[in-house]
Amino acid sequence: MPDTAKPDSLKIRVLVRPKEGILDPQGEAVRGALPALGFDGVKTVHVGRLIEMEVESADEVDAMCRRLLANPTVEEYEWEVVS
Amino acid sequence: MRVGVTVFPGSNCDRDALHAVKLMGAEPVELWHADADLKGSDAVIVPGGFSYGDYLRPGAIARFAKVMAPLEEFAREGGPVLGVCNGFQVLCEAHLLPGALLQNTHLRFACDRVRVRVETADTPWTAACERGEELVLPVAHNEGNYFADAETLARLEDEGRVVLRYLENPNGSMNDIAGVCNEARNVVGVMPHPERVSDSALGSDEGLKILRSVLAGATV
Repeated sequence: MPDTAKPDSLKIRVLVRPKEGILDPQGEAVRGALPALGFDGVKTVHVGRLIEMEVESADEVDAMCRRLLANPTVEEYEWEVVS
Repeated sequence: MRVGVTVFPGSNCDRDALHAVKLMGAEPVELWHADADLKGSDAVIVPGGFSYGDYLRPGAIARFAKVMAPLEEFAREGGPVLGVCNGFQVLCEAHLLPGALLQNTHLRFACDRVRVRVETADTPWTAACERGEELVLPVAHNEGNYFADAETLARLEDEGRVVLRYLENPNGSMNDIAGVCNEARNVVGVMPHPERVSDSALGSDEGLKILRSVLAGATV
C-alpha cells in the first residue's frame, strides 16, 4: 500500500472562541442545560470552534486565522502545531 | 438603471430581490458568484439566504467569492450597495461595513414583521424615506444581533450611520440597530427584508420605499 502521508505535513489545531466580554448565548444555553441534567456547580460555559488542518508549512497559519478562520471583531484564536 | 443581485450557493432571496427590482422600475441583473464583473450594474443588492450553508460563520465564505472583488471595487468607488440579512453579514465579513452579526441573544430564529424607524435619509437606500419614518418590515434570521466595539458604536451614532433602528428589538442587537452604513454612506446593510414587502399582492409594498430610493440617487 502506498504511503500517502507526506513527511513534511504538519498537523495544526486552531481554537476559535468568542472574545471576552462578547455575549455568548450558545455558552449560556449550555450552562443553563447542565444543571437540568443534575450537573451542579457549573459557573461559566463558552462554546468555541476547533479547526484541524494539515499544512505543508505553518508560516501562514496566523494569516489564515485572521483572514478567515476567526472574525477578529468578535472572536479570538490560538493555534498550535500538534505533530 | 441596472440593479445587480448577487447569487451565491445557498442564497435564497435572490429571486425575490430580482422581482422587487423589476417592481421598483429598474432592470434586474443576475450576478453569479463566479462572475468576474458586475455586468454594468449601477447598484448592487447582496440578498439574504444561507450562502455556503453559513459554514464557519454566516458570510465568511461568500466574502471570498469571485464576484466580491469587483463588488468591493464598486463599493470603494462609491457605487450603491445594499446587503440584506445574509447580505449584511457578507458585507460585514468583507469589511465593507463595520461590526459583526452575532447569534440572536434568545437563541431562536427570529421570524416576524417588526417596526423599524428610518434614522437617516442620507444614504442611497433611504433617500426616498423621511428621517423618523416608521416602516413595518419582515425579519428572518438566526444571526441578526448587531455587535460593534464601544468606539465603533459611538462613531456610528455620532456620524448618523445607524440607518434603521428596531422599535421592538427581535434579536438583542446593540442600540436596537437594524441597519448601518459605511463611512462614505454608499454601502448599507440591513437585517430586515425590504424585498419581501415589495409587492402589494403579497400584503405590503413598504419595502419599495427603501429599494426605490436608489433610483432617486441615480439622477443626482
